[in-house]
Amino acid sequence: MMRWLQAWVSDWLDCIDVPLFIGLLLILSTSLVVLSSAGASEGEHFVLAQGARFVAGIVAMLVIARIQPNRLRSWTPIIFALTLALMPVVFAVGSGRSARLWINLGFFYLQPGELLKLSVPMMVAWYLHRVVLPPTWATLAICGLIISVPAALIIRQPDLGTGLLVGASGIFALYLAGMHWWRIGLFAGAGLASLPVAWLFLREYQKNRILTFLNPENDQLGTGWNIIQSKIAIGSGGWFGKGWGNSTQAKLDYLPEHTTDFLFSVLSEEWGWVGVIFVFSLYVFVIGRCLWIASNARDGYSRILVGALAMTFSVYVLVNGGMVVGLLPVVGVPMPLLSYGGTSAVSLLAGFGIVMSVKAHRKFMGA
Amino acid sequence: MIPSLRRQRIKNNIAESEQFRRRSFIGFICIAMAMLGLAFGYFRLQVLQHQEYQLRSDANRIKPRPIVPARGLIYDRNGKLLADNIPAYRIELVPDQIEDIDKTIAAIQNIISLSAEDLEAFQQSRKATGRFRPVVLKLRLNEEERAKLALNRYRLPNVEVVPYLTRRYPYENMFAHVIGYVGRVDAKDLEKLGDSKFTALSHTGKSGLEKFYEQELRGEIGYESVETNAQGRSLKTIGMQQASPGYDIQLSIDADLQKATIEAFGELQGAAVAVDPRTGEVLAMVSLPLFDPNLFINGISHVNYRALTENISRPLYDRNLQGGTAPGSTIKPFVALAGLESGLRKPEDKILSTGEFFLPGVSRGFRDSHHGGHGWVDLQESIAQSVNTYYYKLAVDLGIQRFDTYMLQYGFGKKTGIDLPSESIGILPSPEWKRKRFNEAWYPGDTVNVGIGQGAWNVTPLQLAQATAAIANNGEQHKLHLLKAKRKGFQTQWLPEALVAGQSIAKDPAHIAAIKSGMWGTVNGSRGTARAIAVGAEYLIAGKTGTAQKVSRKGNVSLNPNQLPMNQRHQALFIGYAPADNPRIAIAVMVEHGGFGSSTAAPIARKMMDAWLLPKTIAPIKTEPVVSITAPAQLTSATP
Repeated sequence: MMRWLQAWVSDWLDCIDVPLFIGLLLILSTSLVVLSSAGASEGEHFVLAQGARFVAGIVAMLVIARIQPNRLRSWTPIIFALTLALMPVVFAVGSGRSARLWINLGFFYLQPGELLKLSVPMMVAWYLHRVVLPPTWATLAICGLIISVPAALIIRQPDLGTGLLVGASGIFALYLAGMHWWRIGLFAGAGLASLPVAWLFLREYQKNRILTFLNPENDQLGTGWNIIQSKIAIGSGGWFGKGWGNSTQAKLDYLPEHTTDFLFSVLSEEWGWVGVIFVFSLYVFVIGRCLWIASNARDGYSRILVGALAMTFSVYVLVNGGMVVGLLPVVGVPMPLLSYGGTSAVSLLAGFGIVMSVKAHRKFMGA
Repeated sequence: MIPSLRRQRIKNNIAESEQFRRRSFIGFICIAMAMLGLAFGYFRLQVLQHQEYQLRSDANRIKPRPIVPARGLIYDRNGKLLADNIPAYRIELVPDQIEDIDKTIAAIQNIISLSAEDLEAFQQSRKATGRFRPVVLKLRLNEEERAKLALNRYRLPNVEVVPYLTRRYPYENMFAHVIGYVGRVDAKDLEKLGDSKFTALSHTGKSGLEKFYEQELRGEIGYESVETNAQGRSLKTIGMQQASPGYDIQLSIDADLQKATIEAFGELQGAAVAVDPRTGEVLAMVSLPLFDPNLFINGISHVNYRALTENISRPLYDRNLQGGTAPGSTIKPFVALAGLESGLRKPEDKILSTGEFFLPGVSRGFRDSHHGGHGWVDLQESIAQSVNTYYYKLAVDLGIQRFDTYMLQYGFGKKTGIDLPSESIGILPSPEWKRKRFNEAWYPGDTVNVGIGQGAWNVTPLQLAQATAAIANNGEQHKLHLLKAKRKGFQTQWLPEALVAGQSIAKDPAHIAAIKSGMWGTVNGSRGTARAIAVGAEYLIAGKTGTAQKVSRKGNVSLNPNQLPMNQRHQALFIGYAPADNPRIAIAVMVEHGGFGSSTAAPIARKMMDAWLLPKTIAPIKTEPVVSITAPAQLTSATP
């Protein structure tokens, strides 16, 4: 019996990449520590609830880590189709404050956009795995369809942040698949040129956010308030911060959304620049480790999927980190694994489950 | 490269893997660089600009909250409380915290009544104070209103009933013009005060002593440093700069004498001032009709205000301070003094009064009050019998310039400098004044008229009282004042005001003595114009009667004086002091439409003298039990 248990445990542990796991655990613990300060007014269950979500995410991660990548690969089209099919549902019965983002499952609010963040790069990797690389125009066209349909649907919800991330994940897959530089340049140029057109399709509040980003002091009590208060929080942190539990900006309600989108401002205020560097290092380590795992993956699908997930993860960090410090416009992108919220954390950890699965199964599968 | 080869391309895992390695490496470098750039973004804010953001964070966190001290109390010379603070309740709301102000106000109106004045004042102070500070909607809620609001509180989120201290004048109208009143701070006051801390102030002195001693009474507004959240709710007090309470003020006024004075007037209206000639302390100061200053404290209603302003007797008008009248014959002792001082007359010089005085080359005469005249009169008799001819001639001999120089020295044509706001200087008639006012030349006849206190003259009862007091005090004139002592709170001693040394108005004390004998004669001489008031007096009185012709026959032929408002008709005047041998009170009385000074004004002065000099014959005023409240600071500055 004992031996069986031992074997069972070691079987699970074999599927874990220990350095990555430790890095993730450090980020998650940091999240809980900062949340227990920033969310102190939300009640005692607040941090426990987030901890529970993390546990759920870790369980999902471990389960997915045990799935062989080629099996995952073969399920990919179905997964993609299912998650895409949820989008019309969310339009019909979705709920949310200003946008229909969630489907109420009774016990859980499901955010299909989050699932697409995983299934879109999976689908792109699946397709790229089947074709000869570097991608040709035809390949690019098909991948473009795979990426743009879900991304456009999400942006229509409207959830600009998630939509752009979904788009980015697909583009990263193409980049990693070896898309020619000149084509990348061409698309980037076309993208820049079409920005004025895109402006026309933005909603009023999205336009405001961008205008506010360009000059936050213009509208100090309106849309500029968030960013000004966030900068005050970060700037007043100094080298070493005000100390845990001393974020006056959050405690006195100057900083809005201080448990979600602006949690990192609270961390910066309480832990100072040293804390910021500590968290950034963890992120860079996690991203680097994932890219290393991807580079050593056995097949093209695993490689491209894991690489795309890792690079998308870095976009989260850069966008949120840049947004709260006033370097980027306010887009609803949380700090990954740090900000309060269930779906995002679970889907991210599920993604890391894929990474671990790739790492765990590469040695058994041979070249 | 070659088309046929391209078509046959097969997947090359190793090449793809290599390609991937390169791409992911470049990707990682890019990400790492971006993270580095981001880290520098944080460095800039957190290290390079830390000071600035630290300041802004503190400014966010710590808000100064003003603490308004309780306003200083006002007492009479015997310690009777004339202006008091009582606890009251008001409705406040912070506009920023209310979604729909009109709806909220409508909801409040369903519960208690709000007057048009309340709403107007609310809109005004809302403009002045802005969105984030509480604005008063209604002051002095009564018990019933408080109870109703408390019941409906749940329906009125963010509408607060706040305790505060409000002014009350327990004697109501008795000191209306002296003490004045406080009123709500309005936008104009705030602009004048300049500092934003005064937005915490609810009331400020608007007239009378309340206005003159505003700074002393108000005290120093203190500050609490409160940690506040973004909604402005205070969470805890971090630091404090104590408020310093206002000074309590003790007046030289005697409430009993004030009351006796008011009663002495009966139905009549006019003004009276009593001073202590030895010090210049004002003992009583009455301007009739009176009004109730309590009406003004929390915003007077339009109906009440109209009643006051449209009353032809003009109750709001302070006759002592701003109300002028020609001095009539009461100027004679001072003209006589000018004659002695200038050396043009000696007390024993006699002038013949024939009943009419003629200027050379002018056919129209200037009359005496007695048909046929008073015969030969010396200075004493000229005062006692009020002989016009004596003064016609003296004024002509002095000439208007010299005449004015002396009058100015006695205090006419300039402010007495009493501690009250907006005092009038009156009018000292002069060729310059006439030219400026009417663009007319000065005629010798003007000088003649001015010599008996008629014509363009305008003196205030205060000026008359001050000049009379100077005579009574043997020529030493003290500045009139109301403030006797002040103290900072109950615990401290009263600090008496330093007595300012008097100024002599006469070169020779013998000149004053001569004038005094004349004024003694007015009351005690066999032909004195005011001998009636000496009857039954236990002390000697000296004085001078007068009548000011408000309507001159010359210019207003069509006017019937008896149809004019009281304050535009003839005015009876009396100045005097007592005891004549050792004066302790000097008085000036002006009665509107009082007929002759001897018949209406003099008896009022007699009653005032009795009230002051005799052992209390009238029952002292019943003061309602006034519970004076020492307000704890938080009562005035209490916030929700």
